[in-house]
Amino acid sequence: MDKRASYTLDHLDQLEAEAMFVIREVAAQFENAAILFSAGKDSILCAHLAAKAFWPSKIPFPLVHIDTGHNFPETIAFRDVAISRLGVRLVVGSVQTSIDEGKAEEETGAGASRNALQSITLLDTIEAHGFDACIGGARRDEEKARAKERFFSHRDEFGQWDPKNQRPELWTLFNGRKKHGENFRVFPLSNWTELDVWQYIKREGLELPSLYFAHERPVFEREGMLLAVTDFLKPTDKETVETRRVRFRTIGDATCTGAVVSDAATVEDIIAEVAAARITERGGRADDRRSEAAMEDRKKQGYF
Amino acid sequence: MKLLRFTTCGSVDDGKSTLIGRLLYDAKSIFEDQLEAIERSSERRGDERVNLALLTDGLRAEREQGITIDVAYRYFATPRRKFIIADTPGHVQYTRNMVTGASSAETALILIDARHGVVEQTCRHAFISSLLGIRHLVVCVNKMDLVDWSEQRYLQITSDFLAFVSRLDVAALTTIPMSALEGDNVVTRSEHMPWYDGPSLLYHLEHLHVGGANNHVDARFPVQWVVRPQSESHPDFRGYAGQVAGGVFKPGDEVLVLPSGFHSRIDKIYVGNREVDEAFPPQSVCLTLTDDVDVSRGDMIVKAGSPPTSSQELDVMLCWFSDRKKLQPGSKYLLRHTTQEVKAVVQEVQFKVDVNTLHRIADDPIVAMNDIARVKLRTAKPLHFDRYARNRVTGSLVLVDPFTNDTVAAAMIR
Repeated sequence: MDKRASYTLDHLDQLEAEAMFVIREVAAQFENAAILFSAGKDSILCAHLAAKAFWPSKIPFPLVHIDTGHNFPETIAFRDVAISRLGVRLVVGSVQTSIDEGKAEEETGAGASRNALQSITLLDTIEAHGFDACIGGARRDEEKARAKERFFSHRDEFGQWDPKNQRPELWTLFNGRKKHGENFRVFPLSNWTELDVWQYIKREGLELPSLYFAHERPVFEREGMLLAVTDFLKPTDKETVETRRVRFRTIGDATCTGAVVSDAATVEDIIAEVAAARITERGGRADDRRSEAAMEDRKKQGYF
Repeated sequence: MKLLRFTTCGSVDDGKSTLIGRLLYDAKSIFEDQLEAIERSSERRGDERVNLALLTDGLRAEREQGITIDVAYRYFATPRRKFIIADTPGHVQYTRNMVTGASSAETALILIDARHGVVEQTCRHAFISSLLGIRHLVVCVNKMDLVDWSEQRYLQITSDFLAFVSRLDVAALTTIPMSALEGDNVVTRSEHMPWYDGPSLLYHLEHLHVGGANNHVDARFPVQWVVRPQSESHPDFRGYAGQVAGGVFKPGDEVLVLPSGFHSRIDKIYVGNREVDEAFPPQSVCLTLTDDVDVSRGDMIVKAGSPPTSSQELDVMLCWFSDRKKLQPGSKYLLRHTTQEVKAVVQEVQFKVDVNTLHRIADDPIVAMNDIARVKLRTAKPLHFDRYARNRVTGSLVLVDPFTNDTVAAAMIR
């Protein structure tokens, strides 16, 4: 038998190799890069792949957390453990500070969220620290505007994305050249799907915040989504709270991240659930539901 | 699970987005909330039925104009395979996007509207696919419902296409009659065309053998990053990180470092902190050598038995992307090849290719947007490369405009 025929990689190995290549390219092409770290599974994966890409060196980038102030406490606890284990620097950009300084204005009303304000804080943080590239965990399968993203996504000096004028990206030749004040967002997980992420998490034995796994929690229904009762999010008089067994498919701002009813308590359970799921993971995000092009509009403004 | 990357090309009205929508829908890779969203917008637009094309046309301008303007990537999996689709627009002005989509693809789907048959852009799509090294083409003769499922019409189109494609370097060709709108022969076999005894499109994609995309013969390792922790636990570690671009490397192999010409041996190979006993494309690994030689980013580690060509003169087929500037003899660019960046100048435009007829245009040295041309380049220092036909990684390059930083051309080394 032809020995060469056995030199094939399965899809997780191919995706891993691609992501590690992209992350190393960031280190080589930029002077002051960072990893955007929300303590969600995709950013945990980015940090893990970066650790693999540079071992036995430490990750040569700080982790940046854009903190809406509306966190689940589990997220912050997880973040701090991850930082100390990786031995990297943490940079926190605070939406509350942006509001206090008058750079951002809080939304009001029942559907109010700090989600859109994160862009302001993110751009301020990028500018304050002079980051020339920010690695993010966004994936093309998440959303239709993201399906058109490049691995190396150019941003003008206002942090804006111009989807109609993106640089062609061929083979593995990534063009990170930029003018002063411009910067890049880089997405090593572009070609991963939600199921790939979970299969890889299982294979690598990665730890995740407990929010991803089924647990009992008081929730209420709003616009077809189950939202958790927190200090920042209370039901109106017409909404009823009940305790249900739920988990989160994405971890964002507590005010706009919907839970799903689930008994999936382990990674294996989740893989089975995701494989059978009939709703996209962002289907539970109020921020995407605001209009048909909600993500495209936010991305143009500098969103993750 | 194995992964197959394919690209789709077809003109605005060939129904390409509908085909992808159908493939995803029938392979149950469309989620309920996505379907509800496109049902709502189809209704708002007054479409007669659910417009599956809206799934891939993600940008506002695309929805408004009903066209695809940029490469969109789509993902789906069946129990047999995982697929990555680069959905590229068919319009002439978006040839650059087609080239982009084809650069990472192992096979290409070319759509033909059964009513119109083989048209200029069918030829362009086939030519570009073959130029980008795609040797497996799948021709989807679509909208068979609009020609009364006519076998005669289908045979006419396939014979026209074969006549054109015989002039290209295409190893394998499959043609499938279908109706993406109705779903015939996309995922399930059509009941309207009993005369067709071939597979459905999805079955074909699931079983297609595409082993040849990577070169496993000539060992190539472009150094991407030097790993030097200088930490207490690894004070003397010096590793070379990169993605294997060709061949197989094993500990103990004798290697040659270019351009320095130093010889050494592979000591260890790591994926993360795990030691492995071999590395092959497209793995991202970290190599250590037995000797302390000077190696940095842009260098290439190879095996001495089959070294790449080292030269400052390059003969390339080039696709020009910029609408703002044109390429001509004397133009200077930054050239990106593997992990190298060097200055380059255009020495000669030998000819341009009429992508519809494959005729050579010899008397016009000005290369404009979407033109494909045979060009001679000279670089400021030697590059270590292979012919694109032999290795897609070490045989490809892009040109960057030094003033705007835009990627203005992609080229395949001859």
